Amino acid sequence: MKIGVLVNEGPFTHQASDTAYHFVKAAIEKGHDVLRVFFYYDGVNNANKLSEPQADDRNLVKLWGDLAKEHNLDLVVCIAAALRRGIKDEILAEGFRISGLGQLIEVGIAADRTVMFGD
Amino acid sequence: MSEEPDLHFDTEGIKKKFMFLNRKAPYGTVYALEILEMVLISAAFEQHACITFVDDGVYQIVKGHDTKALNMKNFSPMYGVIEMEKEDADGDEDEDMVWRIIVEKESMEARGLTADNFSIDVEVLSSAELADVIEDMDVVLGG
Repeated sequence: MKIGVLVNEGPFTHQASDTAYHFVKAAIEKGHDVLRVFFYYDGVNNANKLSEPQADDRNLVKLWGDLAKEHNLDLVVCIAAALRRGIKDEILAEGFRISGLGQLIEVGIAADRTVMFGD
Repeated sequence: MSEEPDLHFDTEGIKKKFMFLNRKAPYGTVYALEILEMVLISAAFEQHACITFVDDGVYQIVKGHDTKALNMKNFSPMYGVIEMEKEDADGDEDEDMVWRIIVEKESMEARGLTADNFSIDVEVLSSAELADVIEDMDVVLGG
């Protein structure tokens, strides 16, 4: 199945991003094709490479980046939401790219299912 | 990244039903503003769209927003743009595009509102009717 994913929350305040990460990882392991993960609202904070969680906690920014590298996964951060929150190329973590909201609508059209993570 | 993933999918000729589900009050969180940006971008893709207001989301389209005391941008005129997009979709038979603006009746009534309180024309549907509409959607986006 072709899957699109929307992540609406940041990596620490809310569980949504963790759940999305585990969902995407499991979907890929089951052989599904995750076309794109789109980060919107505070979800753009998942792409902040300055993020430094304590050493004994999971580092979602890095986990997303590693997953992208391993599976050539397309991680897209919404530019309008990102600029508001100070997420720019200078601090963009590896594996992410910044683009427009059209990328979300496009994947919604192309995917068999679009799954949203957030409140 | 060493290898760029495929950035553009072949979406030519595919028409899907999108719902944008507005559930939050307009200024307490950023969800209402940012979902509006989503809706407006989607218009360029010429898809079917239901813009739906439930729970405190119904306050988003109440007439007469005044945000001066909050020192926040009053983005309510953007709902008028959505209404215009809907009128364009309704008026253009070639595009075969259906846009609907829906308010859930129970959410509206629980807040003492009627359709006359809204700044744009809406369809008022019961929770059960709305559930059927959601069931019929291909993509439900919200915040």
